[in-house]
Amino acid sequence: MAPIPATLYRGREGMWSWVAHRITGVAVFFFLFVHVLDTALVRVSPEDYNAVIESYKTPIVNFLEVGLTGAVLYHALNGIRLILVDFWSKGPKYHRVMLWVISVIWIVIMIPGFYFMTKHTFEQMFGGN
Amino acid sequence: MRKSKTAVVNTQSPATDSDLSIPQSFTVTVSVRRFNPDVDQETYLQDFEVEMYATDRVLDALHKIKWEQDGSLSFRRSCGHGICGSDAMRINGLNRLACKTLMKDLDVTKPIIIEAIKGLPLEKDLIVDMEPFFAAYREVLPFLMPSGAEPERERIQSQEDRARFDDSTKCILCAACTTSCPVFWTDNQYFGPQAIVGAHRFIFDSRDSGAASRLEVLNSKEGVWRCRTTFNCTDACPRGIQITQAIAEVKQALIRGKI
Repeated sequence: MAPIPATLYRGREGMWSWVAHRITGVAVFFFLFVHVLDTALVRVSPEDYNAVIESYKTPIVNFLEVGLTGAVLYHALNGIRLILVDFWSKGPKYHRVMLWVISVIWIVIMIPGFYFMTKHTFEQMFGGN
Repeated sequence: MRKSKTAVVNTQSPATDSDLSIPQSFTVTVSVRRFNPDVDQETYLQDFEVEMYATDRVLDALHKIKWEQDGSLSFRRSCGHGICGSDAMRINGLNRLACKTLMKDLDVTKPIIIEAIKGLPLEKDLIVDMEPFFAAYREVLPFLMPSGAEPERERIQSQEDRARFDDSTKCILCAACTTSCPVFWTDNQYFGPQAIVGAHRFIFDSRDSGAASRLEVLNSKEGVWRCRTTFNCTDACPRGIQITQAIAEVKQALIRGKI
């Protein structure tokens, strides 16, 4: 028997960028679902709303926020890329280049983003005071 | 034999002189995903050892297996030269024509995994039912629909007008594109890249006047808007057609309402 059954299609950048677009899209949708629920709570009971928001102030949720930012950012940048692929006459020709461009932009934004977003958590977890 | 060339070879490595003049064969493991509908519940991989040369095609390996080892191995092929479009299959996880894939372009130290194309009903071994694929092609009306009275002579077309759809005329209906599309795998109602290329060939033909009917078909729920531009089709096409580009052109024609 062969070592690995190759049922997975070995697509290239285009396929994997689409897979990532799907995953980030679904992730953002589930965030919005929770977000609408917790925000709507403020009209029902401001105290309960405060309690829910208070429960978010943990390192885990903070890292989830970083993940959410990364997902939204990728989905937005890749969305622009997809619009260009469909509606810019040279889009399909440069789709790989555009993927590398958005990847660089993503990294450039996420490195300081990660620093500032998690600064407070790191200080809380490992800080002296 | 030319003297000067032999001399150079001899100074470098005298022992390999014969190696250079005689191509060396090697043993390759070919792992084929088999399925016999009369016996098997599920597909399974079966390994075959074949003696190959670097210039041999994957099709040659399949022939050797069928002719010398296991006559029950089933696959389609006709011309064997990349034009009939019969032998599209998944070779190491990518849709390729077996007759256009050479041993020297594959990693022969590992088994070569050969599977049927994905998304169409599997009939036996590497053979799938192509009918849904051809049905989608027929739906886009892939024939010339001229307007006006039949001319006395040929329908004249400028070189620029001919070049407009040149790329999409290259299609050989092998289904490598359509069965590489993740959207098609999960939604068999989607027309698929090939049908859109087939429509593109006539939509952008200056002699044709059936564009409106074809665009109407492709504007449906299962038409061009299903395309998620994964570029798998463009990468898989053995004819090098810029399929995603062609699909984008059809999308633009639909949005702008003109060709």
